[in-house]
Amino acid sequence: MIDERTARRLARRHAAERRFKLYGMASVAVALAFLVALLVTIVGKGYTAFAQTEIAVEVSFDAGAVKEGDFAGLVKSALAARFPEVTARNEKRELFGLISSGADRVLRDMVRDDPGLIGQRRVVTLLASDDVDMVVKGHVTAESGRLNARQAEWLASLRQAGAVSLGFNTTFFTAGDSREPELAGVGGAVVGSLLAMVVTLCLAFPLGVATAVYLEEFAPKNRWTELIEVNINNLAAVPSIVFGLLGLALFLNFLNMPRSAPLVGGLVLTLMSLPVIIIASRAALKAVPPSIREAARGLGASRLQVVTHHVLPLAMPGILTGTIIATAHAIGETAPLLMIGMVAFIVDIPAGFLDPATVLPVQVYLWADSPERAFVERTSAAIMILLAFLAVMNLLAIVLRKKFERRW
Amino acid sequence: MGDHTMRAYDAELERLAQTITRMGGLAESQLDQAIGALVGRDSDLAARVVAGDRQIDDLEHEVQNLTVRLLALRQPMAIDLRAIVAALRISSDLERIGDYAANVAKRALVLNRIPVVEPVGAIPRMGRVVAEIIREVLDAYVESDADKALAAWRRDEEVDEMHTSLFRELITYMMEDPRNITACTHLMFIAKNIERIGDHATNVAETIHFLVRGTPIEGDRPKADGIAPPPEAEEEIP
Amino acid sequence: MNVASKPALGQATLDDRRLAKVSARDVDVFYGAKQALKSVSIDIRPNEVTALIGPSGCGKSTFLRCLNRMNDLIESCRVVGSIWLDGEDIYTSGLDPVQLRARVGMVFQKPNPFPKTIYDNVAYGPRIHGLSRSRAELDEIVMTSLEKAGLIDEVKDRLQEQGTGLSGGQQQRLCIARAIAVSPEVILMDEPCSALDPIATAKVEELIDELRQRYTIVIVTHSMQQAARVSQRTGFFHLGELVECGETEQIFTNPRHKLTQGYITGRFG
Repeated sequence: MIDERTARRLARRHAAERRFKLYGMASVAVALAFLVALLVTIVGKGYTAFAQTEIAVEVSFDAGAVKEGDFAGLVKSALAARFPEVTARNEKRELFGLISSGADRVLRDMVRDDPGLIGQRRVVTLLASDDVDMVVKGHVTAESGRLNARQAEWLASLRQAGAVSLGFNTTFFTAGDSREPELAGVGGAVVGSLLAMVVTLCLAFPLGVATAVYLEEFAPKNRWTELIEVNINNLAAVPSIVFGLLGLALFLNFLNMPRSAPLVGGLVLTLMSLPVIIIASRAALKAVPPSIREAARGLGASRLQVVTHHVLPLAMPGILTGTIIATAHAIGETAPLLMIGMVAFIVDIPAGFLDPATVLPVQVYLWADSPERAFVERTSAAIMILLAFLAVMNLLAIVLRKKFERRW
Repeated sequence: MGDHTMRAYDAELERLAQTITRMGGLAESQLDQAIGALVGRDSDLAARVVAGDRQIDDLEHEVQNLTVRLLALRQPMAIDLRAIVAALRISSDLERIGDYAANVAKRALVLNRIPVVEPVGAIPRMGRVVAEIIREVLDAYVESDADKALAAWRRDEEVDEMHTSLFRELITYMMEDPRNITACTHLMFIAKNIERIGDHATNVAETIHFLVRGTPIEGDRPKADGIAPPPEAEEEIP
Repeated sequence: MNVASKPALGQATLDDRRLAKVSARDVDVFYGAKQALKSVSIDIRPNEVTALIGPSGCGKSTFLRCLNRMNDLIESCRVVGSIWLDGEDIYTSGLDPVQLRARVGMVFQKPNPFPKTIYDNVAYGPRIHGLSRSRAELDEIVMTSLEKAGLIDEVKDRLQEQGTGLSGGQQQRLCIARAIAVSPEVILMDEPCSALDPIATAKVEELIDELRQRYTIVIVTHSMQQAARVSQRTGFFHLGELVECGETEQIFTNPRHKLTQGYITGRFG
């Protein structure tokens, strides 16, 4: 029925289609492979940061030392008591190096919570130093690490006695930044990010939606609105560092706002995400069928009523999705925040919009720059938290869209 | 006409018009031949006319089928609608004309078996006028000419007058000699038939006027006889 | 063929335009430089269905949208001439377009219920115009509107369901109910059945015929059969001009103008 040429051409067409499908599948596979590689690397490197080595020692809460507030002394005497053979001064310093310099805080907190402890002896698990932590987690061997032979020996003896254990690293979530990796956490950065995000959302959402509604529903279509439209589209493509420079010049130098503050960070991120929100909102408004507008106008609704009663509610899922994705993008932004001083080393968790703060991506950037081996896993852990943050926001976007999506 | 976006529609309307024209031509020649058979005392011809009526009946059926089909499939409007309705009406008028012509032929067969009576001469004159009216009406149909149809319509008066005078003449003959009664009665019916054919021809003319102008002819049809029943009332052919 | 200078054939206008419900005189509409309507004069008589027919782009929908100023929404659109509603010029008398649209309702080509409940769809107009003082009064308006639209039996148990969940024909009748709910005097219908199947179309046409008792209806349609079925008067538009207007029966059996004849018999150039 089909002549030979037609059959050949048909076969070629089918082959081309199969090839194209294969190419497509291959590119998806490559993209997936990259994603998996990224996740595996980050998770593989970072998951250990959620655990922390602890060393159990018997501490005697000497009343005198407690009174003087010399909790570090308590730690030292506990260690000295554990290893009575260590007497030399520099050996002692090496011994004390096994325990984190922040361990005394645990004792102080214990005494504050229970003053009855004074004069008693208790076995307390103390935070190990990052060098010990690395050895225990197996990231470095005792020989290659920063522990010397004696320290390695003590550690081995402690491990033999079962005094060394891995516990959940709460510090990582609650603490701010620190020079000591075992004391450093993302708490400050998370709070900083949240504060900046609140500022961004509160400013960018209403401004963006109002702009989009005006341009789409009210503005006359002429040269000026066209110019504005082109400019908004261009702004969306401006490199983020430029927004940082703008923020530096405008908010810090001209308006004298505080450096490193989440408020300023939020303002800069607002500038950055506004064009994206406007474009997304306009697209969502455009997607509302004109027949709905006509129906409302035909019933005698005013322009504003058409917008507030019909168009905006129908466009809201799209607008929200755009806003959330723009905000999520802003949350992951580093460059503009470097310009306004959010790159500073800040130990305290910010309590308000004007406190100095840093944000998650900047924290990642800072830690990635630090030499200590223990910061490597913390960098990855911080990235995981950032990714989780973004995943939650994108999920929220999808849920909102699904929930409010309407068909007509 | 013509120029429909759907060309098949044009073809169907054309076929309808052609069928009507053929029917008209046939009816006209049936009348001619019936009169000829009467005047020439030609029984063969008369028999052929009687048999020929079948053809007209068949054509009428064809017209009916065509119109029903057009109405169902094309949803005709305006001029097309009028053309189709007109075709239906014209075909039924022509069919009646055919019936009357056949009846004239049947009576001619009877008259051929009895002696000639004088007034036979007036019949062909009347028949010629009616045949002319039919021809004019058919021309008007082919040319979609309402004025021509109107002119033919007016000529019916002539026929009515001729019928009235022939009627009186025949009554006189019958009163003079009762032996003439059979022949004269037949002649009277023949005259009546021809007069009815004229009426149907005027009906066709009216239909053509409606077809072309979309309105009926204004005013009443001129009536010259005082005895013929109104043309609207269909009567049995005796 | 130029018929611009001549008035439309047939009785497009009445001797006294105040007798008309809606009266248009010499209406020109321009979209930018393009003229969409040329000197249209027509009187829409009360309690009649007037059908506007004509080929695509002939200006019939444009004219319809002039009657409730829906063309105002198009920036480049300019309307010249006068349109009266009950003797009041709707463009110059200071009548608010929003108020005008409450008096001149509209039903569109595609059924376009709001993505809200059936109840809210019908209640929307009365709500924005403040036509009811209490919930009970609003219920009453909704129920009578649905009843007038012949939809009540089909939806009375599901008023809280989405209007978009109805079938196409039901949606269109819902849109008619929605338009009726604001008690308009004139209802404009822009090809209301073009998206419906024949049965739904028949129901809507039957409804239109009933609504004629209370409202003046102007319907734009592409279906000549529909125009013939539902309307008492028909106007034929061609290239922005009202070519002919008259009794529907006359237009469809014996149109006066060659263009009308050509259009309705399917002989269009």
